[in-house]
Amino acid sequence: MNGRRLVWRIARLVEIRDETPSARTLVFQIPDWPGHLAGQHVDIRLTAEDGYSTQRSYSIAAPADGERVELTIQRVPDGEVSPYLSEELAVGDEVEIRGPVGGWFVWRPDGTAPVLLVAGGSGIVPLMAMIRARRQAGSRTPFRLVYSLREPGERYYAGELRRPDPGLDVTYLYTRVVPDGWARPPGRLTVADLNTGGWPADFTPACYVCGPTGFVETAADILLAMGHDARAIKTERFGPTGG
Amino acid sequence: MTEPAQDSYQDGNALAGPLREIFAVDVTAAGGQCVHCGLTGPVASLRVYGHAPGLVARCPGCDEVVLRLVRGPESAWLDLRGTVSLRIPLPAQGVPDGSEAGPA
Repeated sequence: MNGRRLVWRIARLVEIRDETPSARTLVFQIPDWPGHLAGQHVDIRLTAEDGYSTQRSYSIAAPADGERVELTIQRVPDGEVSPYLSEELAVGDEVEIRGPVGGWFVWRPDGTAPVLLVAGGSGIVPLMAMIRARRQAGSRTPFRLVYSLREPGERYYAGELRRPDPGLDVTYLYTRVVPDGWARPPGRLTVADLNTGGWPADFTPACYVCGPTGFVETAADILLAMGHDARAIKTERFGPTGG
Repeated sequence: MTEPAQDSYQDGNALAGPLREIFAVDVTAAGGQCVHCGLTGPVASLRVYGHAPGLVARCPGCDEVVLRLVRGPESAWLDLRGTVSLRIPLPAQGVPDGSEAGPA
């Protein structure tokens, strides 16, 4: 992918899947898409009839599949872009997309270190691309996902993550509302959660943390305190420009 | 739109698109060193503040400015005065990496 100019390409929406009442997955068809790695993102540009143009970055939700690129968009109330993408954009509509970009927060299927994925809310998106890339490649690298959410109704990819995927362990944490009979009381991520749902530091796992800034800071601090190497902890924060 | 808090920031990952517009390789995976405190780490680990007229990337160790990038209508300004050096991963010299077709 190196050596090519980054260009805006016309992307046509070909499929929509609802994930939650406020988030949906958009599958775009992008001619001449150069492929991408799990964890990379794209920029989307929208241009109004009067010429006003604005752009946002979104993580790619699935591994490379020819010219198909999947994004999952969470509607940000009062946002400028996400309500349009998550509610109004219809199959057949076109937007401009450039990418893929980002070569650091990525997982490659030839990776052999165990992997810990820590997701806060919609931070699951690039991590799901890694889970899907692992499955697509038939990789036996052990994965653990710790997925923190406000309540069960906010789970993305719920059906897919429920299906057995040998070598992938999934732990849900709820911060506000828990399902009936759930042992862990609602609350934010703790050391105990990452002790139980993660890997011991001496397994030298590759750790990927994605979510809102406060969540990412907490998770990264806990992992450092548990003895994980700072260089093995990769983070991606949702910025204030979301929306 | 909601006004972001002044202290809110993104990771250096957010620089990937804007820098890929300028460079042929992904610079966020490069290792950089901060002029102010000497900390080394990937550009992706910098703290990026995007509410200035441009992007300001600060060192996660000392919070000083490491990199600034402003995209104008016809040019981009890249200010690297806070960076000692960038170590950019490249394929071994003379070894094709398979990403480009060679001349026939």
